[in-house]
Amino acid sequence: MSAPLSAPAAARQTHGSRPLLLLRILLPVIVLTAGIAAWEFVVRVNEIPPYVLPAPSVVFQTLVGDWAVLSGSLLTTLSTTLQGFLAAAVGGIVLALLFNQSKWLEYSLFPYAVILQVTPVIAIAPLLLIYLPQQTAVVACAWIVAFFPVLSNTTLGLNSVDRNLAGLFQLYGASRLQTLAYLKLPAALPYILGGLRIAGGLSLIGAVVAEIAAGSAGAGSGLAYRIAESGYRLNIPRMFAALLLLSAAGIVIYALLALTSHLVLRRWHESATGKDN
Amino acid sequence: MAEPAAHSGLGIPRAGLAVSLRGVTKVYDNGVAALGPLDLDVRKGEFVSLLGPSGCGKSTALRLIAGLSAPTSGSVSVVQASDGARIGFVFQEPTLMPWASVRENVRLPLKLSRVPAAQAAMRVGAALARVGLADFADAFPRELSGGMKMRVSLARALVTDPDILLMDEPFAALDEITRFRLNNDLLALWRSLNKTVIFVTHSVFESVYLSQRVIVMTARPGRIGAEFRIEAPEPRAEEFRTSADYAGYCRRVSGALAPSYQGPSVR
Repeated sequence: MSAPLSAPAAARQTHGSRPLLLLRILLPVIVLTAGIAAWEFVVRVNEIPPYVLPAPSVVFQTLVGDWAVLSGSLLTTLSTTLQGFLAAAVGGIVLALLFNQSKWLEYSLFPYAVILQVTPVIAIAPLLLIYLPQQTAVVACAWIVAFFPVLSNTTLGLNSVDRNLAGLFQLYGASRLQTLAYLKLPAALPYILGGLRIAGGLSLIGAVVAEIAAGSAGAGSGLAYRIAESGYRLNIPRMFAALLLLSAAGIVIYALLALTSHLVLRRWHESATGKDN
Repeated sequence: MAEPAAHSGLGIPRAGLAVSLRGVTKVYDNGVAALGPLDLDVRKGEFVSLLGPSGCGKSTALRLIAGLSAPTSGSVSVVQASDGARIGFVFQEPTLMPWASVRENVRLPLKLSRVPAAQAAMRVGAALARVGLADFADAFPRELSGGMKMRVSLARALVTDPDILLMDEPFAALDEITRFRLNNDLLALWRSLNKTVIFVTHSVFESVYLSQRVIVMTARPGRIGAEFRIEAPEPRAEEFRTSADYAGYCRRVSGALAPSYQGPSVR
C-alpha cells in the first residue's frame, strides 16, 4: 500500500509549473503594454483629436479626473449586477431543486426557462422598463440572462449522482431531505459553481443591457448609462474610461468566482486538485 | 435508479437462517431475465460465495437481498435485527463520497439514522481501527490507494454492526497482493465478528479460499448450477492457499463453472 499523501509529487508539480505560470502572467502583460504603446504612438504621430480616438494617456487622465462621477456609476452597476447575480443564483438553484423533486414541475416549466433564455434580453428590456420600476427592471434583466446557466448546471449536477452511492443512501433508509443535503447537493456542487462562474459575467451583461435601454429612456446613472450619455456628448475619452471600468469589473467578478470555486473544491474535485494524481 | 425497498413476501426466515430466497426471479424492464428462479438459504454466521460469469445475476441477487430492488416473483426473507441496521453492503467500487473525509464517509450510515454524535464518533473510530485505517481518518478518498479505499468501504459497512454483510466483487479491481491481504483481513473479521457474509465474485480461487460454501451460478438467467462445501481447517491462512486440498477444491469448482462459460457468447 502506498503512502496516502504524495507530497513529493505535489512539490515536483509546483516546481515544474512555476516557469509556466510566470509565462502565463508575463505574456499577456507584454501584449497589453505593447498594444497600449502602439495606440499612444499612432494617436500622437497622426495627431488624432480626442473626440475621434483618445490616446490611452488621455483615457487614464479622464478616469482620474472624472473619478467622482465614474466611481458612483461603477457602484450603481456593481450593485445591480450583484442583485441580479444573487437572484439568479438563488432562483436557478431553487428551481433546479424543485425540478429534481418533481418531474411534473420540470416538464411544465422547463420550456419557459429555455424561452426566457433564448429571447434576446435587449429586446425584453424595454418592455420590462414599462411594467416595472426602473431599478427592479434592471435587476430583472440581469437575472433573466444569468439564471439559466445556474439552473441547467445545477440540474445536470443533481442528475449526476453516483448510482451506487444513491443505492447506499437507500439501503440506510435516508430521507429525501438527507439524500438532498448529504448526497445530491455535494455531488452537484462542482456543477453549481461552474454555473455561477458563467452567471457572474452574464449578470454584468444583463445589467449593462438594461442600463442602456433605461438610459435611452432618460434616467439612470450606471456605467452603461455613462457610456451612452458620453456618446451623445461626444465625450469619447469618458466612454473609454467607463468601458475600461466595466471590463475591470467583469474580470474581478470572474476571478472572485473562480477563486471561490477553487477554494471550495480543492480538497476533492479533479478540476481543482493537482493534475498528476 | 433502484426501485424502492419493497420486498415482496418479506418475512422472517426459518430459525437459524439469515437469508432465505424462494423461487426468486428478476426480469428487468427491458425484458432481460437476469435471475432465477433461485432458491437459496444462508445460515446465520455462514460465509457463502456466489460464483459465476459476468452478467449471471450474482449482483442482482445481492441487490434483491439488500432490498435495493424488488424481485419480479418469489420471496426474499432476511432476518430482522432489533435496531434495523441489519445489512452492510460493500460495492465493487469503493463508492465513497469524494467530498467527505474518511471519517465522514464511515460516519454516513450513523448520520443517516441519527445516532448521537459522541456515540457515532466512538463507533467510527472502532470501525476504522478494525480495518487498520485509524491514522487516515482525516484523509480524503482521492489521497488513498485502491486497497485503502476498499477498507474504508468495509469500515462503513461494519460501522452499523450489521448481522449480514453483502459484498459485490469488492476486491475485483485490486492487485493480487492487496487482494490476498484483504482476503485474510476479511476472514479475520468474519471469525471475530461472527457475521453472515454473502460474497459475490468471479474468482474461483477467491471463493474457495474464503467460503464455507461456494455456490456456482449458471449463465443468465442465473440459477444455482452446483454447490460445494469447503471443509478446511480453521483458521485458514496462507498455508491453505498452497495446500493440495485447496488446489483440489479449485479444480472441482472450476469444472462446475465451465458449463456457464460455454455457448455462443464465450469471451
